Amino acid sequence: MLRAAVLFMVLLLLWLLLSGIYEPLLLGLGIASCAFVVWIALRKDVLDAEGLPMHLHLGRSLHYAAWLAWQVFLSTLDVTWRIWHPALPISPGVRHVPAELGDVARVIYANSITLTPGTVSIDVDADRILVHSLTEEGLAGLEAGEMYRRVKHLEE
Amino acid sequence: METFINGASWCLLLGGSFFVVTGGVGLLRLPDFFTRLHATSIPDTLGATMIISGLMLQAGWSQPSLKLLLIMVFMLFTGPTASHALAKSSLHGHLKPLLRVTKEIEP
Repeated sequence: MLRAAVLFMVLLLLWLLLSGIYEPLLLGLGIASCAFVVWIALRKDVLDAEGLPMHLHLGRSLHYAAWLAWQVFLSTLDVTWRIWHPALPISPGVRHVPAELGDVARVIYANSITLTPGTVSIDVDADRILVHSLTEEGLAGLEAGEMYRRVKHLEE
Repeated sequence: METFINGASWCLLLGGSFFVVTGGVGLLRLPDFFTRLHATSIPDTLGATMIISGLMLQAGWSQPSLKLLLIMVFMLFTGPTASHALAKSSLHGHLKPLLRVTKEIEP
């Protein structure tokens, strides 16, 4: 029930921010549609730890997002340099990297790998992720495990 | 102050455009499907972020800015999912990735 209340508040906040027109009719429609969506979510039984991951630490998640943005920036510059370089200095490779994480954290990890230019997660198993990388350095960087440790930290 | 904001906005828009063009060049230059997938993630991440930030500076503290911010967040969530779906389906379609090539690639 707590999850239903949180989902309702988040949806209502989104409605208020996006609509920008605060008349009784539109506010009423907003409340009605948010309640309708929560009712559908309850009926479909998707309001679990996966649908609304409230067990992740919010402050740490924001900190992780900032760190990830910086990593994305650095690897974008690296890939950009490789693309414009006349000799095209790439060394593509495919390897498994370990990912012994919960479901939500595994998705965050796989998505972070894909979001970072130069590495793409191809296949996600229960305890490892198959990664294609544009360079050998990209795979070595993932195997060094800093991103993995930070994602694992989100769940604790 | 307005000149400064406009200048910052232009820099972000031009920089973002450069990264979008880089994605296109990468798509042409890189040798196979999987490596080309890496080129497309540049416009998806830094390109889109810089262009949307530049537009947000033009819009100022207003509701359109907030909507632009939400567009950016949704792109950052859905982009990798689409890339992953492409990579996974091509691997399951038995497309073999090209491995360990450095200098001998045709330009």
